[in-house]
Amino acid sequence: MAELTKKERMQIPRQPMPEQAPNSRNKNFTEVNLGFTEELAKLEAERCLQCPKPKCIEGCPVGVQIKDFIKLVADGDYLAAASKIKENNVLPAVCGRVCPQEEQCEAKCVTGLKGESVAIGRLERFVADYERTTTGIRQAEIKTKTGKKVAIIGSGPAGLSCAGELVQLGHTVTVFEALHDIGGVLIYGIPEFRLPKEIVKAEVDALEALGVEFKTNSVIGFTDTIDELMTVEGYDAVFIGVGAGLPYFMNLPGENYNGVYSANEFLTRVNLMKAYKFPEYDTPVFDVKGKNVAVFGGGNTAMDAVRTSKRLGAANARIIYRRSEVEMPARIEEVHHAKEEGIEFVMLTNPLEFLGDEAGWLHGVKLKRWSLANLMLLEEEDPLRYPVQSMLCQSTWQLLQLVTAQIQSLKRQHPISTSINGVISRLKKPQ
Amino acid sequence: MFKIVSAEFLAPEVKRFEIEAPKIAAKRKAGQFVIVRISAHGERIPLTIADSSVERGTITIIVQGIGKTTREINEHKTGDFFMDVVGPLGLPSHIENFGTAVSIGGGVGTAIAFPTAKALKEAGNHTISIIGGKSKEYVILEKELREICDEVYPTTDDGSYGYHGFVTGKLKDIIESGTKVDFVLAIGPIPMMKAVAEVTRPYGIKTVVSLNPVMVDGTGMCGGCRAVVGGQTVFVCVDGPEFDAHEVDFTLLMKRNNTYRSEEKSALDKHVCNIDKQFAEAINN
Ligand SMILES: Cc1cc2nc3c(=O)[nH]c(=O)nc-3n(C[C@H](O)[C@H](O)[C@H](O)COP(=O)(O)OP(=O)(O)OC[C@H]3O[C@@H](n4cnc5c(N)ncnc54)[C@H](O)[C@@H]3O)c2cc1C
Ligand SMILES: Cc1cc2nc3c(=O)[nH]c(=O)nc-3n(C[C@H](O)[C@H](O)[C@H](O)COP(=O)(O)OP(=O)(O)OC[C@H]3O[C@@H](n4cnc5c(N)ncnc54)[C@H](O)[C@@H]3O)c2cc1C
Ligand code: SF4
Ligand code: FES
Repeated sequence: MAELTKKERMQIPRQPMPEQAPNSRNKNFTEVNLGFTEELAKLEAERCLQCPKPKCIEGCPVGVQIKDFIKLVADGDYLAAASKIKENNVLPAVCGRVCPQEEQCEAKCVTGLKGESVAIGRLERFVADYERTTTGIRQAEIKTKTGKKVAIIGSGPAGLSCAGELVQLGHTVTVFEALHDIGGVLIYGIPEFRLPKEIVKAEVDALEALGVEFKTNSVIGFTDTIDELMTVEGYDAVFIGVGAGLPYFMNLPGENYNGVYSANEFLTRVNLMKAYKFPEYDTPVFDVKGKNVAVFGGGNTAMDAVRTSKRLGAANARIIYRRSEVEMPARIEEVHHAKEEGIEFVMLTNPLEFLGDEAGWLHGVKLKRWSLANLMLLEEEDPLRYPVQSMLCQSTWQLLQLVTAQIQSLKRQHPISTSINGVISRLKKPQ
Repeated sequence: MFKIVSAEFLAPEVKRFEIEAPKIAAKRKAGQFVIVRISAHGERIPLTIADSSVERGTITIIVQGIGKTTREINEHKTGDFFMDVVGPLGLPSHIENFGTAVSIGGGVGTAIAFPTAKALKEAGNHTISIIGGKSKEYVILEKELREICDEVYPTTDDGSYGYHGFVTGKLKDIIESGTKVDFVLAIGPIPMMKAVAEVTRPYGIKTVVSLNPVMVDGTGMCGGCRAVVGGQTVFVCVDGPEFDAHEVDFTLLMKRNNTYRSEEKSALDKHVCNIDKQFAEAINN
């Protein structure tokens, strides 16, 4: 095929992601997005202008060589494209699915100035899936062993990325995880329909094949301490990647009624413990079938909670958010998907109080509404008295709250790095 | 995988396990717990570490089979494995020499109170133990408690053994007989803990209870285990499990523990349980 001109490239429309129909997917937990076909991927890759000074890469936190991998996709050399991505990113199938590309690489892409940016995330996902389903994830090269040992605390995306990078540099890496499974938010927070657990497992298995050792059921600070890791167990460095995700409650009356959940608990029951398959799996979750569910918040967590409720059979599943839609921090795709699935959005509204019965069960929520202009209280007691089973969703995460007293105090003193030589803590801005 | 090095029934539906878990054995302190998961489909079940042996690298747990999972746990035998055991979790009991310390266990609560009673004795307290059970066969750990306590009083609801009545009756007797009680630890069913709190409140005796909300992760990540103590919401897994009995909202705890009532019942009904058979085997051996 002859080289396309810039103009021709810019005339190709952004390729849509094939997806399950909204009305069937809102009743199942299988993945919503089906992924690009080769044809779609190639076509999308042709949209890339191969800029001499690519802006996209500036938006990528790990510096994936976007331009180069997209060129390889356009050439049809998908495996080479996969290797190119993996030079900088050990979790491409995960990142291709859940990174907020519209705020990162795609926000910088020049084609976005006039039209729609190149669908970098979708291409990344395609390439990673192609490799995994054809050859299987191929092993990266490992540098000569350095003889250094690194302990990584927490197996979320931070811990996994760090493990992948360090093992390739030749270090001996052990990841300590408090839970019984590896992946952090990727397995307990983000639902199956957005990020199948099989895909997380495949990327974790690939790290294991590279030599990363995983120790589950290890709560650092309790089972072992950082001091012991460094003195007794001989680790040369420790990376703390324990996440920022502890729920905090809004301190509203009625917050402890049965039926009021933190999103973390609700999602952990459903995702990590597989409550959506109860009783095949032993852990139950509140039965929302035919009930009304209100989710407070506007981030990815809220979208995941509300879409999960819908799939569990909620009659009405609503997002209730204190600001307006433009301020919602969730990925645009998630908001769009949620709407298609029949999720109702109620903006500029806050909960005042949860209402319940004598036996302690939630029956409703009293709300207050704000006016757009100046966030003034409009009505003291809103007529909206939803009868709900509700989840409380943190609209902001409480930053830096940690499980272990030890790390907690460490971090309080040193929000970014710690005072112990060799210990780096990585704290992500909460979503 | 965590190997079970010994397993034996102590009472109907109450089984003691010694499990290989050297790291936990070395670290754990009285009052802390582990979370056990028995299979890939299993729930995460919080269980107090009743004892440990650093030399053998083992911890002991004592489990009362009350629902599907605890009964399945109790079907495990010596040589079997638990898939996951994580800990030690929670804050250790606050131990000091109070003077005279009474530890009260109702049902399997006796097992939960055992390590703290032991630590209270080691700290120099005059220790009194009250062991409550429905009837004689439910009075557990009497021998073990006699080895570590100065006084031990079994009580049974039906009068088949020891004091006839509830643990609170015996506690009142002790207090009213003039013994100066400085500290009470009460662990058992929520109504029992609540009743003990009411007995000691008028005397201003420092009283501690160990709460047992439904938990998931046990690391402070989900908030499912929340309770209200002194008007404040606490996460029992990381802020507890022990709290000042006079400050705990027991009614709320009781209501919250009903959240999964109907799911639990259906799970249990489906679970064909052979515990009775096992128990019969165990006592015939
Ligand atoms: C429901 C939900 C949906 C989200 N969706 C998106 C999305 O679509 N896109 C996006 O970019 N971001 C999303 N986020 C945010 C994103 O998941 C987080 O920013 C990211 O997971 C942070 O990674 P992490 O590795 O720092 O921490 P985590 O993923 O939180 O992992 C931390 C791990 O450390 C473990 N740990 C904690 N303490 C200890 C200890 N003492 N010892 C051992 N292990 C410990 C935890 O069990 C956990 O497994 C979402 C978050 C949630 C909750
Ligand atoms: C910190 C802590 C320490 C514990 N230590 C021990 C121990 O050493 N030995 C022991 O036998 N048990 C202990 N428990 C209680 C034990 O965890 C529960 O009995 C168990 O989770 C019930 O699971 P199941 O699936 O068998 O029953 P389910 O089917 O879940 O429940 C059956 C019945 O038990 C009630 N129940 C559910 N969860 C709990 C709970 N957490 N506590 C009390 N009742 C509950 C339900 O309301 C229901 O009536 C402890 C609990 C906590 C929180
Ligand atoms: S900025 Fe956009 S068009 Fe330019 S190289 Fe990157 S992806 Fe291609
Ligand atoms: S069990 Fe999840 S926070 Fe305590």
